[in-house]
This record gives sequence, structure tokens and C-alpha cells, in this order.
Amino acid sequence: MSEALLEVRSVVVHHGQLKAVDDVTFTLNDGEVLAMIGANGAGKSTLLRTIAGLHRATSGTIALNGRDLAKMSPHRRVQLGISLVPEGRRLFSSMTLEENLRVGAYHARKGPFTIDRIYELFDWMPERRRQRAEQLSGGEQQAVAIGRALVANPRILLLDELSLGLAPIVIERIYALVPDIVAYGVSVLIVEQDVAQGVAVADRVHCLLEGRTSLTGVPADLTLEQIDHAYFGAELSPTPPPGAVAP
Amino acid sequence: MTWTNVVIQGVLIGGFYALFACGLSLMFGVLKVINLAHGDIAVVAAYVAVFLTPHLHLPEVWAFLVVVPLFGLIGYVVQRTLIQKSIDRDPFTTLLVTFGLSVVIENLLLEIYSANGQVVNIGSLISQSWHPTSIVYISYVSLTVLGVAVLVLALLQLFLSRTGLGRLIRAVADDREAAQLSGANYRHVFGIAAAIAFATVALAGIAYGMMTQFAPTSGGVNLLFAFEAVVIGGIGSLWGTLVGGIALGVAQQIGAHINPQYQILAGNLLFLFVLAVRPQGFFGKKTAFA
Repeated sequence: MSEALLEVRSVVVHHGQLKAVDDVTFTLNDGEVLAMIGANGAGKSTLLRTIAGLHRATSGTIALNGRDLAKMSPHRRVQLGISLVPEGRRLFSSMTLEENLRVGAYHARKGPFTIDRIYELFDWMPERRRQRAEQLSGGEQQAVAIGRALVANPRILLLDELSLGLAPIVIERIYALVPDIVAYGVSVLIVEQDVAQGVAVADRVHCLLEGRTSLTGVPADLTLEQIDHAYFGAELSPTPPPGAVAP
Repeated sequence: MTWTNVVIQGVLIGGFYALFACGLSLMFGVLKVINLAHGDIAVVAAYVAVFLTPHLHLPEVWAFLVVVPLFGLIGYVVQRTLIQKSIDRDPFTTLLVTFGLSVVIENLLLEIYSANGQVVNIGSLISQSWHPTSIVYISYVSLTVLGVAVLVLALLQLFLSRTGLGRLIRAVADDREAAQLSGANYRHVFGIAAAIAFATVALAGIAYGMMTQFAPTSGGVNLLFAFEAVVIGGIGSLWGTLVGGIALGVAQQIGAHINPQYQILAGNLLFLFVLAVRPQGFFGKKTAFA
């Protein structure tokens, strides 16, 4: 695993007194899709935001291609190839669709994604590019948020709760894009409460429970019971199923 | 006809208020910092124009060529050091720090230059004016200041809407964290916004010194008018600031025409009226600098 693109080792993150992420270790390889699943408050988003540089890890290391990111601010990490699509879209609401993409492209790395490429990926965008971001529907805003992250040409795309507040059909359409994005050589780390969506697109699954790793594996090898147990905690089933990592 | 002149004088002074206020509006919109030293920075710029630029053998009329870029630089440095440090602590600290800065500036100016009134000497230009009718008179200096104010606001608007760096400033104003995630170093962007604020208020300070006498403590009352212009026009809208400045200027001139003692009172009444009836101002929006 020395060839890992992103290496997260024994990371602990606190929110004040609360230990939100407790000793989590995983790697993300080149071209891989990893789904981080878990219930509300399991620490998934905090972990993602820590990787993006918005939170400081209390201990542990996060390295990109072996390079420690600890001292780097979020904008430096973008320049190194880590882009986060934040929970709740967070578009620049006073700006048009195109201006949102242009902000994303301003400090972009070299790579395949340009604003025109984003317009090819989302063919409805060109004719609405002058519309204010706040006038777009939730699903459209999510697409713009993904586009804004992609034009920076990340090596790793971090997707935080894409499905939040969206209709199932819209969620499906957005997740259908993940293989296209991976085809450009981008690795994807997804955080998702919607287990079915996460598991469907992922090469590997990493389940968090109360800040700790409760299960890891390849979707095909995992049963629904295993995932349920890892997702909700021990009280749902009397004996720990095989394959589960003791918390 | 007399009232026509009153309104014209109000519009002319309103242009100055807008020039004075646009930096305040920008600092608040982008940094969320209310710079209580804003007025004092203008006064310092006027003192620099009067006492230091003559050493460069530069006529005081052209002092702005040196002073404005200089204050842009000072703005960037003050932001990246003093103001950023206080933002990092908590937003309330910025009020204390900029208030402290204001006190320090005023007292330093008193110490160095005494409380005597000064003017930026522009020779006979000051007294020249245009008389389209027997009652209406338009001072060339005031007209120039209004023209400069409109030009500065137009350039600023163009910069914010058409350039990459301008968009970055608006992005940081909209959502600082999301802007960071788009690769923006928000501290640098803050510095740029502060540089613009300092440069524009330095220009306003020199204009003030051309139009009237100033003293070390002149900053406070101008800061008040700038606040009123920004609130009346609506926070986060540059053209709103111009309209707010003009509305304030006209109200003051009408008050002064009724009774010279009512000048400031009339402006304050308009300010309170707008706050009561339309708290977001004429052009106020939820988000800044669209």
C-alpha cells in the first residue's frame, strides 16, 4: 500500500471536547472510489473536512503521495490536488453559474477539466450559465458545486453528502457521473448517509460508527447485515458478525 | 430655483460621501470588519499630501498620484498584520482594534501637526465655479470630486464583476470557506480588499482637504456620514453607496437651507427613517457585491 495516493493514518479530530474522529486509518489509491458511510454524527464529514484542511487533526497524519499535509491551508491543498464539494453545495449565491465555475478555475491546476469540459459533462449548463446560482434547483446547484471543484483539476475529489435534500432520481443522476469523473483519472472519496448509493458506486467501503472505523471492505464481499451492524452499532445484533473490526 | 441649487449642492457633496464610504462598505462586505479608523486614515492621507509630498516637488493637486498607491500598500500590510490578527481572535476584537487605531492616529496627528486646521492647497482652483443661472453655482472642485467618485465606483464595480481577482473578492464575501475550497487564499483576498479600501479613502481624504479645512479629529464626523451613506444605500452595493451618499447630501443641504443648525440633524433623520422603514437600505441585498 506504499503507492497510496492519499494516506490517512491514526487520525483523531476534536470538536471542542468531543472526539469526532477517533483513530481512523485508511488509504485511497489512484483511480479508486472509496465510500465513507455511517450515520449522522459518525464523524464522516469532519474527516473529509480535515482532509481538505478546514479542521486540524489532533493527532495522526494525512499525506498526499507521501507528503504530509498537516501544515497546509485549504487553498494550498486545492493547488496540490485535493478538492472538496462541501455539504450543502455552498455555491456563491450572488454569482451566476458561470462565475461560480470561473472562481473554481482561477487557481486551477493543469489538467483535463475546463469550463467547456464541464459544460459537456452537464449539457444543460451552457444555456443557463448567466443565471444566478440561487435560482437553480438543488440538483442543479449540486452539479455546479461538483463542476466548480472539478475545474480545479483535482487528483482527489471529496464529495460530502451529495444526496442531502435531493430527490432520489436526481441523486441517481448525479451518482451516475462518478464513473465518468474517475475515467479522467480522478480518485473519489464519497461521504454518504445513503448507504445504497455509496455502496453502488464504490470500489471499497469504509464504515464509521461514533468516530471509529466499524467496517471496511469491498462491497461484493459485504452482506447487508454486516453493513447495518457497522452503521448502527452493536445493539442491533447480539453477536458481532464476521469481518467487522472491533471498535 | 433656490431649491434647485440646494439639491445640486447636495448631489455634489453626496459624491464625496460615496467616495469616502465605498471602502468602508467593501471592508464590511468582504472582511465583515467595521473599520472605525476609516475616517482617520483619510485624514492621515490628507496630512501626507500637505506635509510630505511637497518634499517630492510634487504640487499638492497631484499628491494623490503618490498617496493613493502608498495607502493601498499600507492597507494591505495593516490588514495582513494587525486586522487579520484581530479577525483570528474574534470579530468583536476588530472593533476594539480599529477603535484603538483611530485613537492612536488622532493623537499622533495632534502631537506632530497640532490642532490647527490645514488645507490641501490647490491655488485659485478652489474658488472657481460655474454659474449656469444666477442662483445655481457649481464649484469645479466639487464637480471634479463627484466625477472622480462616479469613476472610482464604476471602475471598482467593473473590477469586481469582470476580473478574476474581483470575482475572488466577491466569492470570499459570499462564503469564505467555499472560496478557500476553490483555492482562494482568503487572507490575501482580504488584503486586496483592504488595499482598495485604504486607497479609495485616501483619495477621499485628499479631496476633503481640497474642499475644506481639516484637523486631526476630522475623521470621526466623516466616518459617521460614510456609515450613513452605506446604510441608506444598502450594504454590499456600490451604486447603492453612491445613491445613499447623494440622498444624505441632499437631506443635509435641505436641512441647512431651512436653518444652518439643521444640516447634520436632517441627514441623521433621513438615516433613522431609512433604518426604520427599509433597514436593508435602498439597494441592500442579502449577499454582498453582486
